[in-house]
Amino acid sequence: MHTKTLSELSNALRTRQCSSRELTGHFLSRLKQHNATLNCCISITEEQALAQAAAADQRIQAGNAEALTGIPLLHKDIFCTQGIKTSCGSKMLDNFIAPYDATVVEKLNAAGMVTLGKTNMDEFAMGSSNETSYYGAVKNPWDLERVPGGSSGGSAAAVAACLAPAATGTDTGGSIRQPAALCGITGLKPTYGRVSRYGMIAFASSLDQGGPMTRTAEDAALLLNCMAGFDPRDSTSVEREVPDYTADLNNGLAGLKMGLPKEYIRTGLSEAMGLNLEAMVLELQKLGVKIKEINLPNTQLAVPVYYVVAPAECSSNLSRFDGVRFGYRCENPKDLADLYQRSRGEGFGAEVKRRIMVGTYALSAGYYDAYYLKAQQIRHLISDDFKQAFQQVDVILAPTSPTTAFKIGEKADDPITMYLSDIYTIAVNLAGLPGMSVPTGQIQGLPVGMQLIGNYFDEARLLNIAHRYQQVTQWHRQVPARFM
Amino acid sequence: MSLSKTDVEKIAHLARIALSAEDIPRYAENLSNILDLAEQMKQIDTAHITPMAHPLEAVARLREDVVTAPDQRAAFQAIAPQVEAGLYLVPKVIE
Repeated sequence: MHTKTLSELSNALRTRQCSSRELTGHFLSRLKQHNATLNCCISITEEQALAQAAAADQRIQAGNAEALTGIPLLHKDIFCTQGIKTSCGSKMLDNFIAPYDATVVEKLNAAGMVTLGKTNMDEFAMGSSNETSYYGAVKNPWDLERVPGGSSGGSAAAVAACLAPAATGTDTGGSIRQPAALCGITGLKPTYGRVSRYGMIAFASSLDQGGPMTRTAEDAALLLNCMAGFDPRDSTSVEREVPDYTADLNNGLAGLKMGLPKEYIRTGLSEAMGLNLEAMVLELQKLGVKIKEINLPNTQLAVPVYYVVAPAECSSNLSRFDGVRFGYRCENPKDLADLYQRSRGEGFGAEVKRRIMVGTYALSAGYYDAYYLKAQQIRHLISDDFKQAFQQVDVILAPTSPTTAFKIGEKADDPITMYLSDIYTIAVNLAGLPGMSVPTGQIQGLPVGMQLIGNYFDEARLLNIAHRYQQVTQWHRQVPARFM
Repeated sequence: MSLSKTDVEKIAHLARIALSAEDIPRYAENLSNILDLAEQMKQIDTAHITPMAHPLEAVARLREDVVTAPDQRAAFQAIAPQVEAGLYLVPKVIE
């Protein structure tokens, strides 16, 4: 039952092969059995899950169920869930019981989905390995000594190990796509503004975007159907109709123009990764896709630009954590300054403090023009590179991550090495484009993912390509032996 | 770019983050390395490039000036570290 896709489970519920209570019970028992091994969940919400499942069963009985009614999922612990601890992977919010639901959570609840729990993540989504979590590192289900990627590492590990059929994630610089690649699942970061950020704890507001993490592209389409849409409570939410993302899944790919960026494939890509990319290209060519090399000349600047823009926005967003209104407060503050400084010093972990300080510096008097303004200007160039590319091609293909899952601890001491693992994903966030990682093979027993990058609001096309590719390959169906 | 101990203390103060003395050298090194990475931006002439603050270059949406948020003061104060009579308590600021 646990290796089934959302569409298969939806069918099983509809034809009464199982009830939502049975399904929920099954996944809860798997979570309880394996969470100690993977550390993928911060909270397991058994009581609420069983109540939601009972309500879903009634809805199915009554004949007013939607496609995903009764199907359980996990939420990244960055999404506020009313009455449930929402820690964002931080000591700062270890005691935070969210007083309201994020729009994404509200929408999925309304669709009748069942929340199994909240997934572990890099603290405030700042990290590419899940090692910055206050709750400890998540383990990769393919090799317990390796990272699952980050920051949505708990979501990726849980779905890969079939502890939940789907999970929500967020992606500021690759945090859905990179863990999806490292764990062998499908992950989609939608166009900026497509999914509401209301109730999604902010890291870098001009980059953050929520999205689905699932086994298949079809499942990602089903989940995105429920997650996407205009939300007046998010000032950057886009007022634009949501198409049925499942409608185009089976479209033919003949004549589709796909660009391969020279800058991504000619530098720093290992031989094994290169071969994997070639194999995927061959499959796509068999489906009629036309491949063309393209240029994204400012690629090498994406990492420096991102690591100025994201910390600058983070330093501003995280100033709300002051030890006064919610979250952690230090013991016996001697005055107000001490209260702020020690609450923040003790409540935040090292990586979060680094980024707040980099951002504070980049925004401070005398340095603003040289760092923040400069980064925003180059951001424009990076975005223009994509605009020009999309005049020549319909979609771009690139690696998701330069490597497969690395060892826990391997990059933890060196922020720069860690930042460079985001090289293929962050430009997409800077431009605000949709990107999707799809499992395309294994290297030495570890999953590999490749990334499809689309034009603005072209999620349906990415899902279509991924779905057609998944119909002729089985990589998305691989399950690590110990979790079968 | 090499930040001194004093630079780091100044930044930490601006960010209202207390750092322990023994952590400062490590932060100085890390932050200097990150700023070195950012120095790569200098190679690009951006004199005539407009800064991009928002991916879709959207402008803030306006709405009617009506009350939309319900009063949730009690719910919000229930999760505060210290409240009394509907007020958030902090150490005394004025003697």
